[in-house]
Amino acid sequence: MPLDTAAIHARLRERFGETIGDLNGVGRDAWALVPPGDIAEVARFAHDDGELGFDCLSNLSGVDYPKDEAIQVVYHLFSYRDRHWFVLKVNAKRDDPVVATVSGVWPHADWQEREVFDLLGVRFDGHPDLRRILMPEDWPGHPLRKDFVEPEEFHGISTSRESLLRT
Amino acid sequence: MGLAGFEVEVQRETESGLVTEDMTLSMGPQHPSTHGVLRFIVRADGEVMKEAIPDIGYLHRSIEKIAEKVGWHGFLPYTDRVDYVAAMFCNHGWTMAAERLAGIEVPRRGEYCRVIADELCRIHSHLLAAGSMAMDIGAFTPFTHAIREREYLNDLFEELCGSRLTFHYMRIGGVGWDLPPGWAEKVLTFLARFETVVDEYNRLISYNKIFTERLADVAVVSAEQAIGYNLVGPNLRGSGVAYDVRRDDPYSVYPELDFDVPVGRGEMGTVGDCFDRYIVRIEELKQSCRIIRQCLRQMPDGPVIAKVPRNFKPPAGDCYVRLESARGDMGWYVVSDGTAFPYRCKIRTGSFAAISIVQAVSRDIMIADLIAVIASLDLVAPEIDR
Repeated sequence: MPLDTAAIHARLRERFGETIGDLNGVGRDAWALVPPGDIAEVARFAHDDGELGFDCLSNLSGVDYPKDEAIQVVYHLFSYRDRHWFVLKVNAKRDDPVVATVSGVWPHADWQEREVFDLLGVRFDGHPDLRRILMPEDWPGHPLRKDFVEPEEFHGISTSRESLLRT
Repeated sequence: MGLAGFEVEVQRETESGLVTEDMTLSMGPQHPSTHGVLRFIVRADGEVMKEAIPDIGYLHRSIEKIAEKVGWHGFLPYTDRVDYVAAMFCNHGWTMAAERLAGIEVPRRGEYCRVIADELCRIHSHLLAAGSMAMDIGAFTPFTHAIREREYLNDLFEELCGSRLTFHYMRIGGVGWDLPPGWAEKVLTFLARFETVVDEYNRLISYNKIFTERLADVAVVSAEQAIGYNLVGPNLRGSGVAYDVRRDDPYSVYPELDFDVPVGRGEMGTVGDCFDRYIVRIEELKQSCRIIRQCLRQMPDGPVIAKVPRNFKPPAGDCYVRLESARGDMGWYVVSDGTAFPYRCKIRTGSFAAISIVQAVSRDIMIADLIAVIASLDLVAPEIDR
């Protein structure tokens, strides 16, 4: 049976208490904050629980917030069985971002976490194969961080060029 | 990713006393059947694979990073390049996200124009998927048939928006132009012809014995596995899950349209095999024709684009929108901080999920079948890497 976001939030609170943050936002985009170390357990419960039944991790994204000294990992959960949604957010410390992996819960998370590791430098604790996925293995830094500075050259190849049109 | 770290297994002796060892092969990145620049590291014992490990990133153009630099309107032409085989859907996803954040309502005629363009684009993309699949498996003629029909579509698109591949037809708030005069009649002429071509195509290849035997029972993906790996669109429906964002989580004017959602039935073997994924696409071609006919019949008059300020600054917030692209449920997670530049844009594409399942389904199948698997999953390399 589909649950509304308030009911899903209440169910998570019932099991994890204050570990689950307050419900923010409205409708489809309503979300709650979870501490980085607890996300794996919360995800496992959300997946296995008979009422929640979140059998699908629709999306996993990372967002850099230098002002809050945080890198936020956002989990969009979806249930094919019940057709309901919930969003969990995790704030990892920006200088040493470590978040528990959910790749054991949803296999889709494996590659999504590798992507967040590659582009934002979040280390997923317990991930079976945390390697870069899109950038070259020896690329310096994590490009989607707001303070990323593009290297001037990579293996002797310049990353910029003179414009032929500029006189 | 080099070959280092994938050590060759220690030599072993077979029952008959032969000494053998596994081969580690690099397939790609420039392999004709990988549909773009894409590489697999294959561990094989003779012709049978132990596993195929995908190595992606060759087409990474940092489109998500570009979004943060070019502004809301300026990013639209870049979205075409996310999936250049089905660019219309990327246009649609980005505009939907921006409109949701800013609370803009698209005029109804604009929504109809979008759906017509989307469905033509779905035919466009599925034709390439079906045609190239036949070609990968060794039948060249069906590919030429598919490309011939696709060429008519290219002409229609060119007349609609001036472009044949990277359309940039939609705008935040609606579409760039209304349908050109006489264009609707041309579309109807095309559809009338095209539906007979689908039947011809089925006679030519879909139910060809060699073709079906190549695909039946190969790389079966169970419904549970498909959901766990977040397979979407025809790949998900091929595994027997009747879920289509257009019907089950409707957007635009889809609730007003009548269409069926084809699912894999295990017609030639097991539900979720390569053939099911293929035939779902073929059946969707006809459904798209149905949708376009209805749209042309019932679209109202009026403006096609809402008034949107040139200096577009949606209020701070985030949103996640989904739409059914040719490769299935495409997700856009967009964050705005209230400035003229998007704060973050994450694009979750169908091909990214589809390629991550290759390693799991490639165990103990023939190397030649890997080609069928790649083709049946309809992998489009730029969409994987973005």
